[in-house]
Amino acid sequence: MSQLVTGRTGDWEVVIGLEVHAQVSSQAKLFSGASASFGAAPNENVSLVDAAMPGMLPVINRECVYQAIRTGLGLKAQINLTSVFDRKNYFYADLPQGYQISQFKHSIVGAGVLRIVLADGSTRDIGIERLHLEQDAGKSMHDQHPSKSYIDLNRTGVALMEIVSRPDMRSAAEAAAFVRKLRSILRYLGTCDGNMEEGSLRADVNVSVRRTGAEFGTRTETKNLNSLRFIQQAIDYEVARQIELIEDGGTVDQETRLFDTNTGTTRTMRSKEDAHDYRYFPDPDLLPLVVTQKEVDDLAAALPELPDDIRDRLINDYGLSPYDASVITEERDTAEFYEAASAGQDRKLVANWMTVELFGALNKSGQSLSDCKISPAMLGGLVSLISDGTISGRIAKDVFADMFETGKDAASIVDEKGLKQVSDSGAIEALIDAVIAANMDKVEEYRGGKDKLFGFFVGQVMKQSGGQANPGMVNQILKSKLDS
Amino acid sequence: MSVDKTTVAKIARLARLNVPEDRLEPVANELNGILDWIAELNEVPTDNVEPLASVTGHALPMRDDVVTDGDCVDRVLANAPEGASGFFVVPKVVE
Repeated sequence: MSQLVTGRTGDWEVVIGLEVHAQVSSQAKLFSGASASFGAAPNENVSLVDAAMPGMLPVINRECVYQAIRTGLGLKAQINLTSVFDRKNYFYADLPQGYQISQFKHSIVGAGVLRIVLADGSTRDIGIERLHLEQDAGKSMHDQHPSKSYIDLNRTGVALMEIVSRPDMRSAAEAAAFVRKLRSILRYLGTCDGNMEEGSLRADVNVSVRRTGAEFGTRTETKNLNSLRFIQQAIDYEVARQIELIEDGGTVDQETRLFDTNTGTTRTMRSKEDAHDYRYFPDPDLLPLVVTQKEVDDLAAALPELPDDIRDRLINDYGLSPYDASVITEERDTAEFYEAASAGQDRKLVANWMTVELFGALNKSGQSLSDCKISPAMLGGLVSLISDGTISGRIAKDVFADMFETGKDAASIVDEKGLKQVSDSGAIEALIDAVIAANMDKVEEYRGGKDKLFGFFVGQVMKQSGGQANPGMVNQILKSKLDS
Repeated sequence: MSVDKTTVAKIARLARLNVPEDRLEPVANELNGILDWIAELNEVPTDNVEPLASVTGHALPMRDDVVTDGDCVDRVLANAPEGASGFFVVPKVVE
């Protein structure tokens, strides 16, 4: 599949790398005992450590370290038993320390890999360069006052994982697939809630273009994109801008850009040239972070089964299509629902009912899987009624709609409404005889060679039976009667 | 290793320190004196020595993931030149 972008002077290859900031799921902040929860009153979740009062010292939260390690294991990455915290120095009103505690040279997690799933169900491995722990900054609000900014430090010091990819992506769609997959893994692991609207997961995108096979072009970095749509828009805009610039004889400046969500465009950040001179040095308040191999092994042993492994199992053991397997395993609760619903049932049939009918109904009603009335056992029950011939697939759709509405199980609905499929050959024969008797003219035409009329007869019989006749048997008996 | 006037001016700007023009040369000389003195450590052979992060021999102490602090807006804002509705209020900084 060619992913080249055609400009006026030929084809261009797009090169994309991502830096994703994922907020660690934890009770308290990375270096203080203040709450890391979202939505508190201004500066309520702030300790004197977060406010950088003189003499306050950081003490690391063990759980945040473990969450970073779990995430590293989920990315099949190297875990560094010793890592070091550095100070990244810059001045901004929402950074009271005057530096961010981060990891520069020695990160807690090294190289790993993330497998993305593309629209056609095929997969591609994207390299992970590293993952490091760092502090989030506070929040500035500029729209409260004409000449003042309002600062809330509740986010200050909350633990973030910065996950840096290799420049392995070649289209906006691949970048979106990367973030979607990363979000899925983080949510399986429970290390980040993945809530992009609240800012728990946001991405900086590095984009450059080059002629196929040439050296990397100069890249730009567009900061702080908090939706998959914005990520794709920002990339598409940057690609078009850079190609036009180069084709007009210009050069791309290596710079940081901001994305305007209203216009879908990017613009240069109006920063001083010193903005990137962070003068990193090891934080003298913090000793190197040391974990033992046993701690890592224990964390590894307690990890849940990850989406890639479940997906492989659904394809190889259950015979699902790569597409269905990907859809079902994107979210942990969906995968668990499927496993429970399909246990002891026709696995493919359950997958089909889940991805088509159940997801369709959820979409239409705006409900999530957890608040809908259908339990895994109920979906399994419906499928078992189809598998054993009690109801036809067509009747099952009505039963499903009823289940979705009322929360009753399939067997009771079928009983109450008398929807049982008629598989009694005597009863079906009687129906067919009646239909034939009432349509002798059509029978003659059919026997005269008008084969298409067969469908008409099937329709009539099914109609007479109220949709309950076993369609396979109707076909078979009808054929023998008409052709005799 | 040595620093010149330009480097001193740049570091001062990044650190938001006001170093007047006529002090740049003297500060550069002072810094070079310190750097030269520390550079003497380079004479010590360290080929087979592990990097030393601390002389105490302690590991980084860790904390349990429990909320034990915060909820003290008054103390946090006590020294702020200006505050409103629980926020710090500062001259407008906008990109």
